[in-house]
Amino acid sequence: MEKYLSLFTEYNIPAAFWVNIQLTFWAAIGALVLGTVLAMMRISPVRSFAAFGTGYVNIIRNTPLTIILLFGVLALYNQLGFTLSSDFDQNFFNLAVMGLAIYHAAFVCEAIRSGVNTVPVGQAEAARAIGLSFFPAAREVILPQAFRGSVVPLGNVLIALIKNSTVAAVSSVAIEASSVMKQMLEFESNLIIPIFATFAIGFVIIVIPVGVLTTWLSKKLAVAR
Amino acid sequence: MNPTVSAIPGFTGYVMVKLGNDLAYVGRKVRMIQLTSAKVFHMSTDSTVSSAGSQTTPIVKLTDVNKHYGPLHVLQNINLEVTKGEVVVVLGPSGSGKSTLCRTINRLETIDTGSIQIDGEVLPEEGKALANLRADVGMVFQSFNLFAHKSILENVTLGPIKVKGMKKAEATTLAISLLERVGVANQKDKLPAQLSGGQQQRVAIARALAMKPKVMLFDEPTSALDPEMINEVLDTMIGLAKEGMTMIVVTHEMGFARKAADRVIFMADGQIVEQATPEQFFTNPQSARAKDFLGKLITN
Ligand SMILES: Nc1ncnc2c1ncn2[C@@H]1O[C@H](COP(=O)(O)OP(=O)(O)O)[C@@H](O)[C@H]1O
Ligand SMILES: [Mg+2]
Repeated sequence: MEKYLSLFTEYNIPAAFWVNIQLTFWAAIGALVLGTVLAMMRISPVRSFAAFGTGYVNIIRNTPLTIILLFGVLALYNQLGFTLSSDFDQNFFNLAVMGLAIYHAAFVCEAIRSGVNTVPVGQAEAARAIGLSFFPAAREVILPQAFRGSVVPLGNVLIALIKNSTVAAVSSVAIEASSVMKQMLEFESNLIIPIFATFAIGFVIIVIPVGVLTTWLSKKLAVAR
Repeated sequence: MNPTVSAIPGFTGYVMVKLGNDLAYVGRKVRMIQLTSAKVFHMSTDSTVSSAGSQTTPIVKLTDVNKHYGPLHVLQNINLEVTKGEVVVVLGPSGSGKSTLCRTINRLETIDTGSIQIDGEVLPEEGKALANLRADVGMVFQSFNLFAHKSILENVTLGPIKVKGMKKAEATTLAISLLERVGVANQKDKLPAQLSGGQQQRVAIARALAMKPKVMLFDEPTSALDPEMINEVLDTMIGLAKEGMTMIVVTHEMGFARKAADRVIFMADGQIVEQATPEQFFTNPQSARAKDFLGKLITN
């Protein structure tokens, strides 16, 4: 037990989780913005936009996240010299956020589109009938209702994102949870089960409230019809 | 008193005869006339209406309109002109193309051939011009379609603010006066789902009116309502008709057609089969389809 508790002084476990929360936070904002734009493209009457949105979703959603994050570090940074910060560690962090956002945007897009499907077609017709063109109709009428109808699927994307943030280990974000766990397992071979349990429980503690919150929010925000 | 006045050619709108401070409704299809002295009538100087005697531009004009849904020829060579202030009721069996006709007039549905003009302007294909012209055509749906996440007031102010660029305060004043006119101003802060069907449909009428449309389309506005709420909506519509609104109304309410319509159009299988005054149509229908249709109504 003493040995176990000493892990917490030797390794900064909360700081490791904090890195994952930060990765998740920024990637979630990026994915939400990009995913919303993609969803608008997919529902837009302009064929080429809709085709781009469909292509993006089908390609990115079916590509493993590890491949996307490795591409960011090995191809964009190592080979092409693409950087997102002059600070060495911050650059890897930003590249990981970018990769996570690009990947999860595809899922956000589909979650919002499922929300759009909860909005009766009459809402869009009424918006068009008073003279709103595509963007104002989307912004004022369709998307606000679509977001309310997609709280649960968006919550599921967020949960996946929290867990997937550990894949940032492959893009050299060294101090996030899975990287720290890897070090600990290497050096503390007699404590592998408690170490695993610590990280597993840590993620459960982060993820469960998100699920509870989205369920509550989806009920609270549901559009009465 | 109606027939003699409304027979004046080239006038549209209503005769308002000023008696003291009250404006009395005299008849339809005649421009506003003010009785300033015992025998002298002054015409209002409304620039959109041409001088007496000449033809006015129809508010809605459909020329040889055809539309297909796959193999179904849903609108067949439709020609229709609706003049300012006219109230046209469209009757016909289910599936005859009445809704499709309504929906093509503000381009919720496209047409294959022919042309549709609103106040002399051909309906644009898309974009801002289409949005602008749509604002001139108010539409009231069978299922109300109020914006479910917005308050009653916001439902009415959205169009004026976002389409016409009206200031919020001005739009609110306008909206409240329209909501008062349809009798639901006291509900202005509620959400649509908190209102009865009849109240929702009256809000939908106010929402359309807020755009100051040149013509209002009604597609079975009372068909989704409980019987006790039908009249409150019909009364609102009759009020509008009396104030000179140009209206195209798809309805099964024969009472409304008799009371408010200038003209009845009977559709069957995508064609306009018959047009007449309500009086003529109900008492002396010409076509077999119309006789059959009216016969079924009476036995029901
Ligand atoms: N979007 C559509 N796709 C295919 N067929 C349609 C569509 N909308 C309507 N129709 C068909 O067109 C015909 C006319 O419909 P509609 O205009 O709704 O008739 P009405 O309003 O007179 O009952 C019907 O046979 C209907 O099934
Ligand atoms: Mg119909």
